[in-house]
Amino acid sequence: MDYIFHFGPILDRWDQFLRGAMLTVEISIASMVFGLIIAVIGGVARTFGPAPLRWLIGAYVELIRNTPLLVQLYVVFFVLPGLGLKLTSDQAAIVALSANLGAYAIEIIRAGIEATPRGQIEAGLSLGLTRMQIIRLIVLVPALRAIYPALGSQFVLQLLGSSLVSAIAAEELTAVANNIMMQTFRNFEVFVIIGLIYFALVQVFQTVFDAGYRRLFRWTV
Amino acid sequence: MGLREFGWNELYFLLFSARWTLLLSLMAFFGGGVLGLLVAALRVAPNRFARQAAIVWIRAFQGTPTLVQLLIMYYGASFLGFRPDAWLAASLTFTLGSSAFFGEIWRGCIQSIGVGQWDGAKALGFRFPATLWLIILPQAVRPMIGPTIGYMVQIIKGTSVASLIGIAELTRTAVMVNTVTFEPVRVFGTVALAYFVMCWPLSLLAERVTRGIDAKRGTGIADIFRKKATPRPSLPATAV
Repeated sequence: MDYIFHFGPILDRWDQFLRGAMLTVEISIASMVFGLIIAVIGGVARTFGPAPLRWLIGAYVELIRNTPLLVQLYVVFFVLPGLGLKLTSDQAAIVALSANLGAYAIEIIRAGIEATPRGQIEAGLSLGLTRMQIIRLIVLVPALRAIYPALGSQFVLQLLGSSLVSAIAAEELTAVANNIMMQTFRNFEVFVIIGLIYFALVQVFQTVFDAGYRRLFRWTV
Repeated sequence: MGLREFGWNELYFLLFSARWTLLLSLMAFFGGGVLGLLVAALRVAPNRFARQAAIVWIRAFQGTPTLVQLLIMYYGASFLGFRPDAWLAASLTFTLGSSAFFGEIWRGCIQSIGVGQWDGAKALGFRFPATLWLIILPQAVRPMIGPTIGYMVQIIKGTSVASLIGIAELTRTAVMVNTVTFEPVRVFGTVALAYFVMCWPLSLLAERVTRGIDAKRGTGIADIFRKKATPRPSLPATAV
């Protein structure tokens, strides 16, 4: 063990880490928002939609859930431009991550929807609410509350998964680490620091997300 | 245009690289399984420090990206005075990482067994290891099967990350073949299909096993809307 730690040259570049972390957070949050939109629409359509639509969404979910995120990232990055859709690496990252999260979250939301007590829907029907009102007010809101923790875990996985985006040259945290490694040759130290930053990001996110539960669902008994 | 066509040779080369994906997956599964059992045992141990250690282990691996763990492992070799070795780093990272996840998954299954079983074993004079091994685990195996198979899917997909430190498994081979053929649709389509063929049967199996345990599910919730109104029973003629 004659290895000498040199954190100095790395810590001098703290501004690069900060920028990388910012981009990681931005990409993660953007894909969480888009992913959640996909999931709510997809989850409702998968449960209540017509058969062909249910089947189509099912195929999308299975396809995404049974292939690696990295491959999905490459597909978006290499295949979409051939179809005439030019994306920057940041945009490609957000598209791939949103599609990925969407599929997982559709299944989570569907489970929440299926857990709605039948009697509540029947009560809604007998009160003369329309189908959309029942789905929105009676099914979806309690479903979101029920799945909130599961969604949180999925979001954390999303935050960690965004490190793969470095493979397509978006300048997020892991890519920054690669750059700094080339400049300083302090490989081990760089990745230890990056690991700590990710860990801190996850803890902060978890805390904020848990606080969100208490705020959003204060009305519950 | 690419340097080469995407022909049979390329297809064969691509699909044959799946053996490294499978090898990495098997190592992670068995290595992580053995270690994961230990993590799960520590997680439910009576000793507070053992539990804390297991929690730290689980949080460390679940709170950082696999890619970063992989790179720490890879470059950490030089810290210990070895030459970095991609295979060693990858198999070690995936083994340790899946031990954390298995530990957490199995803890849940272990804790789903009633406390009465622990009390009963204690009354009969069993200590913790014997209780866990002889009484709790045999009962916990049934609920463990579904999630364990499900996590195998995550392991297989997760091995794609090893491509980023230069292991020529499926994903890296795909990137290489794409570089020379520049036929991304076919190349990545093939690779996605290869992963799908490996993962989907496991996903279906996991779902089937899990659902077999859960209480029988009723009709889908949407059926409430689809159900035709049942006609009211007409009054018996005599009632008039």
